[in-house]
This record gives sequence, structure tokens and C-alpha cells, in this order.
Amino acid sequence: MGPGGIASGGGEVLSAFEKHLGQAKISAEIKDRCSTHKVGCLGLCSKDVLVDVFINDKKTTYQYVKADMVERIVDEHIINGKPVSDWLADEEYDNFYKKQIKVVLSDCGVVDPESLESYISIGGYKATEKALKTMSPADITDVMTRSGLRGRGGAGFPTGVKWETCRKVPSSQKYIICNADEGDPGAFMDRAVLEGNPHAVVEGMIIGAFAIGADKGYVYVRAEYPLAVERLSQAIKESKEKGFLGKNIMGTGFNFDIKLKLGAGAFVCGEETALIASIEGQRGMPRPKPPFPVFSGLWGKPTVINNVETLANIAYILNKGAEWYASYGTEKSKGTKVFALTGKVKNTGLIEVPMGITLREIIYDIGGGIEGGKALKAVQTGGPSGGCIPASMLDINVDYESLAKVGSIVGSGGMIVLDEDNCMVNIAKYFLAFTQLESCGKCVPCRIGTKRLLEILERITKGQGREGDIELLEGLSKDIKSASLCGLGQTAPNPVLSTINYFRDEYEAHIRDKKCPAKVCKDLLVYSILEKTCTGCGACKRACPSAAITGEKKKPHEINQELCVKCGGCFDVCKFKSVARE
Amino acid sequence: MQEILTGLIRKYKESEGNLITLLQDTQESFGYVPREAVFWYASELDVPASRFFGIATFYAQFHLKPRGKNIITACCGTACHVRGAERLVNAIKRELKLETDQDTTEDRLFTVEKLACLGTCSMAPVVVVNGKMVGKTTPDALTREIRSLKKELKKDDA
Repeated sequence: MGPGGIASGGGEVLSAFEKHLGQAKISAEIKDRCSTHKVGCLGLCSKDVLVDVFINDKKTTYQYVKADMVERIVDEHIINGKPVSDWLADEEYDNFYKKQIKVVLSDCGVVDPESLESYISIGGYKATEKALKTMSPADITDVMTRSGLRGRGGAGFPTGVKWETCRKVPSSQKYIICNADEGDPGAFMDRAVLEGNPHAVVEGMIIGAFAIGADKGYVYVRAEYPLAVERLSQAIKESKEKGFLGKNIMGTGFNFDIKLKLGAGAFVCGEETALIASIEGQRGMPRPKPPFPVFSGLWGKPTVINNVETLANIAYILNKGAEWYASYGTEKSKGTKVFALTGKVKNTGLIEVPMGITLREIIYDIGGGIEGGKALKAVQTGGPSGGCIPASMLDINVDYESLAKVGSIVGSGGMIVLDEDNCMVNIAKYFLAFTQLESCGKCVPCRIGTKRLLEILERITKGQGREGDIELLEGLSKDIKSASLCGLGQTAPNPVLSTINYFRDEYEAHIRDKKCPAKVCKDLLVYSILEKTCTGCGACKRACPSAAITGEKKKPHEINQELCVKCGGCFDVCKFKSVARE
Repeated sequence: MQEILTGLIRKYKESEGNLITLLQDTQESFGYVPREAVFWYASELDVPASRFFGIATFYAQFHLKPRGKNIITACCGTACHVRGAERLVNAIKRELKLETDQDTTEDRLFTVEKLACLGTCSMAPVVVVNGKMVGKTTPDALTREIRSLKKELKKDDA
């Protein structure tokens, strides 16, 4: 019941189950064992709606479930004990999970996110109790440091070190903030965690607050995630009622309260100093660091800011131990990381893998390979701050260090698979258009630099590129990276640099030959009608906004290139594939 | 209007005095942030109007102009982009006869907006039509959807 599931009809499926289970008037003993409940995202979003049926702890999974299929599942499987084999999840579903190791997502899809009881029944708030009753703040930061957990928001700063630094700062007032302003286009793990297991985040915040000595916490969450906001508010409310939040938590004398702040749609607010400004009610503009927020943050007080996924790890680490967590991953990148695997891959969805897994394993073993038998071109990681890794480097290990070496980053965990139909210049332009729009405008290198970068990329994709443009892009990129105030500007040129580095030939084709090899860049395309197959139905003629298409009924039509605005309308409507695009 | 604004200001004073929250509440009540509201707040609270406009123009969430009756939001996140979000936007604008830089139709019946990412990347390309998410959509399907919305509007009029 993540947004993917809901949009694919999850709500209808759930009510159908409730209806048919009721109608079936199953004998009392069976009825007692039957319950339906909704869970957060199960991960493999491309096969929504997924339904798990548990009978005596034996799990059966159905894929692509629609409301009208429910009656048969209830009849044959739940009442008569015979699974409906036609609709069972196939091999791909098993492969999707085989290589994954779930920590953060382990209870997403198991626990009912709208019920505190459900969370407690799987061992929820045990870690809080352990921390508050048996550990000192220094013990907790020590466990975090030994676990090797690093910030999952992108920068990868060691969480234990951050907490320990803040703990040592003397101050009567400290804050902990959960950064849930997941702004990277193409990343949605934080949303999935907030919607699938909100209490894990609340618990992480309580433990963090105790460790650093904060009594107030904020969750800064995107307003674009209404379901996450709803479930989180519910979780905070229930925790308060049960005394996990508020005054004198669990009788330990520790006070802590959480407030929700809705972001108003600004990517730069993911930057911690900008986020602080936004919580204070100002324009979300970053300021120079130092001083770092752990010394002077919200309203000038020491503040720890952690990402959702980082906080969701905390309770698991305290329960199972630092050594357990550190046993996953590589020497410098410990534990697991959630990635949002999307783009041109067969199985799209959320995956959680140990750090250091190869890109090939992710895309081919978990992702099931490229959609439609096309050729893989590159993998974009880290969103607008990251870069593209070409298909030739598929055997690279996915961890903080290895990705940085090839000019990309782990970032918040977006992983977008690009195939032969994607133009790399266009991808670079796309990210620059995004960062340029989201640049707050405070510092010159970012405000003007990204604008100029975008202008050069635009002219290249319009067929007006000049000799020397590539070098100009490279030079400008280096200046922006070294002179910008915050992470947004310092990383904004990465998509440009990495695409030039690995796909220079595509840039050259745009500039010298005025051709887009992937047939994406609108202005470099020529549309024409194939005389042989055109039936003269007139659909293209009606769709053309500039009256560039002429022709008699039932006779091949023609496009006047001078009038054509290259909107692609004719290409979209032609049912006979008679419009050629070159 | 006055009544609503007074209520919102009371709430603002009771909480931490956060201008962003005040503007969010205002937009929730009116669908956009009316100029008159900002100037009234400015004089009531003795906060320069420029601070309100500074915030309202900084964050993408705020609209200073009224929006259409039907709102179509195209997700232009990376996953949607590589699956052809731009072609969807072009098709919608073509159907509604909107210029490239125009987002609301003259009759204020339709508003077309772009959004960075909805986080439902596995359903790309995604378009939200009046709050309902439509995934894995095509220019053709959207054009049909808009036409049926137009028909409904005509029915409502009649």
C-alpha cells in the first residue's frame, strides 16, 4: 500500500478482500485467523498490486492483483487451501529478493504502519527502552561509531562521530532534526520508510535525542508526500499517547517531543543550513560552514540533522549490535543501503543491498536486466549531484569510495538505468535545468554558473553548438565546483562532467554533425512520412498544430519541413508506424 | 475573507510565528496566496510585505495567481523524464492550446504544472489529474482523459 500500490488499485483490492472474507461466512475458527491489513511498500513496485496471503505462517504472494480477482483467491486459496497458481508471483519476484539484505526495509511490508501495537508486536521500542534504561549517551554514540553507519542522505558523514561531537557541546538546549525533504528526482526510499514503518524513524529520533541531550525534535518532510505526512503524524500521536514521547519517557526522567514541519518545495532545503533556515520560517538559503550545525544550528543551538534512512537504522543496530551491522559492506562503507532502482530496467522498485555489491548484480540479478531487450547505456546514480556510470564499468562496487572514484556518488540512493534510447547530452541538460531552477541564488558561481552551463547545453541540443563548447563546459564546471557556497553548487556540474568524460562522442555528434544519436533532442530531428505504409487516414494531419502536413484522403501524406515545429504529434498518433523520426 | 485571515493570524500567533506555515494555511484556504492577504498580514503583524513575497516566490509550493478548476501535474523527475515526460507535457499543452510559457487556460478551467518528483518512479511517466495519480501513461491516453474532463465540464454547465 505505497503510492504505487494505491494508484494501481490497492484500496479497491483491500476492500474486496474485506467484502469477500465477510461474505464467505467462513466458520468461526477460520475467521479468527483471518485478518486483512495494509502494509507499506513491498518493494517491487512494477508488479503492483502485490498481496501476501499467510496461512499457518506459510506465505504465498500474488502479483498484479485486481479487485475482481479477489473472490477467486478467497474461494480457492483461503477457504479450500489451494493457491490460484495462475496469479502467483513468478520467478522474477524471487530473484528480486534473493540478493537483497533488508535492514531498514526489513519491517516495511510486514508491520501495519498505522498501528503502534503492530510495531510493538515485532519488537518495536525495545531499542528505546534498552538505550534509555541501560545505556549512557556515550555508550550509544560508541555503538554507532563502531557500527560504521554513515549518513544515508548523501554526504556519508559517520553518524556516531556527528552525535558524539554534538553530545560534547555544552548547551542547555539542543535539537535533533530528521531530514525528510527527499528532493532528489528519482529517489523515494525515505518516503517508503516513512509510509511503511514510521515508528522506526520516531524511535531513531528518540535514541538520537537521548544520546546528544536534545529535548526537542523536528521532522522536516516534503508536502508532496501527503501519505507519509499522514502516517508520521499518526505515529507521533500514538507514541505520545503511549508515553514514548513527551515528559518522563518510560519513567526515566527523559523528556522529548517531536514536531512536524512541512517543506514548501525547495530542493536546496535538503542542505542542512538551508533546512534550518526554512524551519525558522525564512527563505531556505544555506550559509557558510563552519560553524557546523552541531555547534550552532536551529536558533543558534547545537543541532544534529539526520536523514530518514539513517534514523531508521538506529533501532536495528542497537538491538542487534554494532558488530552485526558492520559485518555487512566494505571496509569503509558498512551496512546496507536502500536504492531506488528505476528507469529502463525490468523490475523497478526499492531494493536494499549490502554496500559493495556490484552494479551488474543490481541491474541484472535483482533488476532482471534491461526492458525490451535494448542495450544498457549507463546508470545514473546520486541524482542531480551524481554522475553517469557507463555500461563498460558494470563490475564496479557500489560503495561511497568506488563511486566517487569514477565521478559519481552514492547520494541519497537514486539509481536510474539508461538504455540506448537515452541521449546523454539531454540527461546532462535535464539535471542542469533542475539545479539551475533550484539554485537559491545566494552565491554567484552557482546562480550564474549553472545558468551559463545550461545555456551552453541548450544550444548544443538545438544544433547550435560551437567548436570549443565542450572545453568551455569543462572549465566552467571546475570553477563552479570549487567556488560554490553549498553542496548544491559544488556538485551541480557532476552530471555534465561525467557525461563528457564517458560520452564525449555524443557531445561531438551534436556539435559537429548536428545529429542526436539517440533521437531525443527535438531540434535535431527530422520527421517524414513513409510513403509505402501511409494509408492516408489523416490522423497526423489533424494532430499537426502547425498545418505542416498535407495530403489527400487515402493517399500518402507529406510533411512540409519548413512549417514543421517538430512536436512529434504525428509520430504519437500514427497507428501504422508510418512517421519516421531521424 | 477578512474572517478567515483573522483566524489564520490567531493561529500564527499561538504557534511559533512561522511565516511559511501562515502562507501554507492561507493557500490551503484560498487555493493561492492573494496579494490583499499578504498586505493585510504585513500591516497587522508589522512585518514587511517583501518578506512574505520573498518566501512565497522562493518556494515552489506557493502560487500568487489563482489556478484552474482542473489541475494536471506532470511529474518531471528523472525516471519520468527518461520515459518521455516532456512528450506528455507537450501533448497536454497542445490539447489545451496553451503556449509554452502559459500554464493556465484563459477560461481558468485547466492548469498544467510540472513537478520535480512524486517518488512513484516505478510507474513512470506519472501525471496527476485532479489529485488522482495516473501511471505509465501515454500522450494518447492523456488527450482522451482531458477530452472527457472537458465533456464533464460542459455537462456541469448545462
